[in-house]
Amino acid sequence: MFSLEGITTNVQDWLLMKFNPTMALAIECVIVILLSISLFALLGLVLVLMERKVAAHIQIRLGPNRVGPGGMFQTVADTLKLIMKEGLVPDKADKFLFNLAPFVVMMVGMLLLAPIAFAKNFQIWDISIGVLYISSVSSLSVIGILMAGWASNNKYSLIGAMRSGAQIVSYELSAGFAVLTIVVLTGSLQISEIVNAQQNGWWIFKGHIPAVIAFVLYIIAVTAETNRAPFDLAEAESELTAGFHTEYSGMRFALFFLAEYINIFIVCAIGATLFFGGWMPLHIGNWEAFNHLMDYIPSSVWFMGKTFFLIFLIMWFRWTFPRLRVDQLLNLEWKYLLPISLFNLLLVAVIAILGWHF
Amino acid sequence: MTNEEIKEYITTLAPAATFDETGEWLNIMVTAEELKPLMLALRNAKTQMNYLFCLTCVDFKTHLTMVYHLSATTHRQSIVIKANLNREQPSIETVCDIWRTAEFLEREVFEMFGVHFTNHPDLRKLILEDDFKGYPLRKDFEDPINMIKL
Amino acid sequence: MYNQTEIIKDTSELGADGELVINMGPQHPATHGVLHLVVTLNGETIKKIEPHLGYIHRSIEKMCESLTYRQFIYVTSRMDYLSSHINNLGCALLIEKGMQIEVPDRAKYIRVILSELTRIASHELWLGAMAMDLGAFTPFFYAFREREMITDIMEDTCGARLTMNYIVPGGLMYDLHPDFQKKVKAFITQFKSKVTEYEDLVTNNIIFQSRTKGVGILSAEDAISYGCTGPVARASGVSCDIRKIYPYEVYDKVEFDEVLETAGDSFARYMVRVKEMNQSIRIIEQLIDNIPEGDFVGKTKNVLKLPKGEFYTRVETARGEFGVYVVSEGGTTPHRIKFRSPGFSNLSVLNHISVGSMIGDLMASMGTLDLVIPDIDR
Repeated sequence: MFSLEGITTNVQDWLLMKFNPTMALAIECVIVILLSISLFALLGLVLVLMERKVAAHIQIRLGPNRVGPGGMFQTVADTLKLIMKEGLVPDKADKFLFNLAPFVVMMVGMLLLAPIAFAKNFQIWDISIGVLYISSVSSLSVIGILMAGWASNNKYSLIGAMRSGAQIVSYELSAGFAVLTIVVLTGSLQISEIVNAQQNGWWIFKGHIPAVIAFVLYIIAVTAETNRAPFDLAEAESELTAGFHTEYSGMRFALFFLAEYINIFIVCAIGATLFFGGWMPLHIGNWEAFNHLMDYIPSSVWFMGKTFFLIFLIMWFRWTFPRLRVDQLLNLEWKYLLPISLFNLLLVAVIAILGWHF
Repeated sequence: MTNEEIKEYITTLAPAATFDETGEWLNIMVTAEELKPLMLALRNAKTQMNYLFCLTCVDFKTHLTMVYHLSATTHRQSIVIKANLNREQPSIETVCDIWRTAEFLEREVFEMFGVHFTNHPDLRKLILEDDFKGYPLRKDFEDPINMIKL
Repeated sequence: MYNQTEIIKDTSELGADGELVINMGPQHPATHGVLHLVVTLNGETIKKIEPHLGYIHRSIEKMCESLTYRQFIYVTSRMDYLSSHINNLGCALLIEKGMQIEVPDRAKYIRVILSELTRIASHELWLGAMAMDLGAFTPFFYAFREREMITDIMEDTCGARLTMNYIVPGGLMYDLHPDFQKKVKAFITQFKSKVTEYEDLVTNNIIFQSRTKGVGILSAEDAISYGCTGPVARASGVSCDIRKIYPYEVYDKVEFDEVLETAGDSFARYMVRVKEMNQSIRIIEQLIDNIPEGDFVGKTKNVLKLPKGEFYTRVETARGEFGVYVVSEGGTTPHRIKFRSPGFSNLSVLNHISVGSMIGDLMASMGTLDLVIPDIDR
């Protein structure tokens, strides 16, 4: 069976053989950085194309189909265009913060990549407080957006940034509680242990109704956290032209754009890890033959399949629903989602203590 | 409500009013001073003219004529009220406290014909630039850049 | 128009109490054209809206003063370009009324059918654009799928997809395309089968309803006072359908209901337009098989001269009451012409209905007012 595990061990063994341990660690760091940057670039290209194709399909049209076979290289062409564009900085903008903001947003995305298990034993950093790390780092992205909105010296940007601040801070809570339900069921904050706990079945199946509720809450909350429609109030192009990135152009804009898609990928990857067993193949009870067959599909394929299914779900939302108003958005969180998630956490605690889950 | 009743009613309010029934609707010509009280009465009394569907001005080269098309949503009888203004210092009292739609329509007439509406809450240019000279819809207006010769 | 310094000056004056003044437009995604709104905000709440017009003003009224009665009809297509056929019809009716020109029945039937098709096309475009204002992109494409069929029919019939210019005083410019009836029937079948999609996607959508219900409420009294007409007034319960009150052409021979709602909010305005599309389909269905044979244009003189006097006609466009007021001195060109455009009055109500609501509500109110900027600016 194909596995990425072999590659990582071989590389590490080879490095340790050639260099001293410190040097080997440094080289590994460089490799990881290069890999994650190329993953970013690749994901950006794939996800933007995917979004456009999904949107086109929902909107009874064809989507990009001129550049390359089936429009495959459309995003490459777009990226080239964005790189060649002039990056304008408004006259009275705070130049330092204005230039820094896109990188802050990007960096948050990169940091979040660390604890994600892409395949069996293929993880950058299996930190023991993985889930905690994810929720703390993901809340940093709001700083980048606020920075962009404030530094642009544009009223639309400012309104967009303020909306985004209120929104991300609120929805962080629901997302956090949804993640906690799984932590309660597993009894660990470590990503690898959460995945291993789902060997005999994914939490969405094993965790009864609370897990399903938690999953729905999670999907709603992360859609809001990544500023995607129907919660894209920070951009709200019909109200605020482009919200917090109104004044951005060229490659700086591209970084915001890329960060949005990377964030979607990451939240969906985490969702897949928590609720759908990450790279765990689908196992059903005592069906030995079936389970064995499922094991033949590489773990990386399982992980990517689940992640992209969730990404598709979020794209589906975007192209179906109108946008909420800002007060409705906050009402939804504080009056509905938060009480539900608190109650759900209580319920799941009871289930976990009594051992009712499978 | 027939034209005769309206005529009778208007005569009591504005004795100087002249009537013209050759067109589709009853035309009432009043003086600029009489206009406001007459309009107020037409709106509130039994005539119930609550719908001002057209307000405009016509330049007859010798004088300007304000034209108000009134109608009522209850009995659907339409009448036309007119008032002549002199071309040099055209001024008439606003009706935008009676019909809110007049606010914008009067602003349009103000910039296009130069009619000054007294007591208008916000008499500024609506369409043209603030420093625009001249009144484009008057017959003697000539724009050297975008020439329209009649 | 308003130069940079003036805008900044405005801002500092009004900004003293912690208010924020934003220039919405002339280029803004939600104003659908070059409308410029100066919006005073307190946080997200709107305190005042002040429209600045004129970015697309072409002074059509002045232009018409130098055009003959045959020519000026076609300029009116450029006003409310979504109801261009109905605008043309209003002008033609005025000339026919003034000169007592007999219009053949065939022309009357075709004019009404095309008017109703225009109305549906306009409402379809509005539906898509309004949903887009609220952040839903997909309905736009669904609405355009049906609208495309109408524009194709128009292209076959009139040679143009948007500015039809099909009407001449006394009738029509040329006869119908042979495929006209077949295509219109195909459109009706398609429309009826797809209307449920709009309901699933937009009308019954919980977010859409919460965004529009109770937003931008306009009372019946205010609607009349502000001179609102068309779907905007009918959503407030004001009966103002010119087709019913002062029937022109063959509207007195067909059966249709004037759609009235009482809530007066954005959702009511939405519902009025959606139901109106169905009524238009009903009208077309009654007429399409009964187009009489005969001439498509009546006998007219080559040079049209309106008798001295004043003339006024009104027709119901997709946006409301469109009136043409002509003062004639007896010549070949009008002495003064005034277009009473529905959009102008409907825009004046915007400040009234959106003060105190949020920026998001402004999109819902403005979207359901269905503003076409060339119609406002003329």
